[in-house]
Amino acid sequence: MSGERVDQIFVVAKHWLLSLLDGAPLWVMPIASSLLNIAAVLGAFITLFALISVLERKILARIQNRYGPNRVGPFGLLQPLADGIKLLIKEDIVPLRADKIVHFIAPIMIAATAILALGVIPYGRNMTPFSIDGGILFFFAVGSTTELGVFMAGWGSNNKFSMLGAMRAIAQMVSYELPLLITVLPVIMIVGSLSADAIVAAQDGYTMAGVVPRWFVFTPWGAAAFILFFVSGLVESNRTPFDVPEGESEIVAGHMTEYSGFKYATFFLAEYFGMFAISGLAVTLFLGGWHAPISALQIIPSYVWFFAKLAVLLFVFIWIRGTLPRMRVDHVMRFAWTFMLPMAFTCILAAAVWHYQRGLAGWLWSLGIVGIIYLGLSHLLETKKKFAPRTYRFAE
Amino acid sequence: MLRDYLPLLLHLAVAIGFAVSALLVSVLLGKAGRRTRVKDTAYECGMVPQGETQPRFSVKFYLVAMLFILFDLEIVFMYPWAVVYKEMIVESKMILWSMLSFITILMVGYIYALKKGALDWKR
Repeated sequence: MSGERVDQIFVVAKHWLLSLLDGAPLWVMPIASSLLNIAAVLGAFITLFALISVLERKILARIQNRYGPNRVGPFGLLQPLADGIKLLIKEDIVPLRADKIVHFIAPIMIAATAILALGVIPYGRNMTPFSIDGGILFFFAVGSTTELGVFMAGWGSNNKFSMLGAMRAIAQMVSYELPLLITVLPVIMIVGSLSADAIVAAQDGYTMAGVVPRWFVFTPWGAAAFILFFVSGLVESNRTPFDVPEGESEIVAGHMTEYSGFKYATFFLAEYFGMFAISGLAVTLFLGGWHAPISALQIIPSYVWFFAKLAVLLFVFIWIRGTLPRMRVDHVMRFAWTFMLPMAFTCILAAAVWHYQRGLAGWLWSLGIVGIIYLGLSHLLETKKKFAPRTYRFAE
Repeated sequence: MLRDYLPLLLHLAVAIGFAVSALLVSVLLGKAGRRTRVKDTAYECGMVPQGETQPRFSVKFYLVAMLFILFDLEIVFMYPWAVVYKEMIVESKMILWSMLSFITILMVGYIYALKKGALDWKR
């Protein structure tokens, strides 16, 4: 009983806050309710942004065998505060030949869309800020607007590097948007709804004597779709190894070259918020949303599970950044169009067959389809070029 | 039905308001330095900017954009299909075969584009 109390503590708190407005006119209630939701989402994710920005630097530092920020506050945890103040009092330079309006709107656009996308994800039991029927569709509609913002930043800056970065960003974001959109389809087919709440509800329960949770990632099509979705998510949030658009060694900072001070910070905020949104959606779609992995652990509140899964995915994001080098532009594009797209369509097929034949037969069929297409594609795409044996001309 | 989406409008307003106010605070608090012509030129690693600011781009970028629009439209058709799939498959398998034929036709175009080298960035 007390577990359920803790689980619903935020919902109860919200109702209590709303009950303070009891005498108010009728139209005040829904507005106050949604404002509270927005405030909660913004507060939680700005805190998470501050935390992740310092944790990322610390984890990267550990991967590279150094300490990372550890001077400001305990364990360097106050670093984001110091960074924020510093960026706030920096001079804001707008180049003379820049398109002033577009240059100003671009960071607003990117940040606003990233915040909007966070609104439709279920963070816990009864904790979806805006539960609408077309939640998933809304997420992608809003998420795609980021590309427009990136292009506005590149065009408005009137700088070669910015433009080049924006063009590269658009090319790769657009290419990976296709697999991203298609890999969601299997989940929608199985659930039969576009609402995020329904998708999470469909992943309730446990199979195989109550041990394995009924998450979509544990089905053959779900596992394949999850991996494709995650890789596309990496690209959409412009993270290493797909950060060609802002490759520091080639084009300074890509579309952010001409931004300084807090506008630059706004781009960073948007990048991290985009990362949270895409990871949150991955958790919702494939990793069972806020459901606990073992039925015995259901006492732990649902939102804790959601944020634990989110944290794991974010750690993988950072881990990949610390491990892999940047990919070449043509490789990124080739991977998207020749491998990701056919594999994404295969996931639809596998899910269709799985739906048609439940149980072990369906499991084996969809595994077979995914496996055969994967092996066939990897055979076809092998460049057949064996690397020449490496010779060391002066080192022997 | 449409009332469900009104809070989203509010969310949009708050999101834009948040971003705008963050930028305005930085304009108010930010140090106002001296503006010089050299400082206000476009950043090119300290050199004097050369050539066109918006250079010409490879046609590959535009090809990718066109292909994206084509595929994106097809995916828009697939979303309603995916939503009703679960209900319709019970009645007949027609819904599966119709989508398979649709994807097959799509794949013909896709393979044509690949063979034409539309996505070959080396050329």
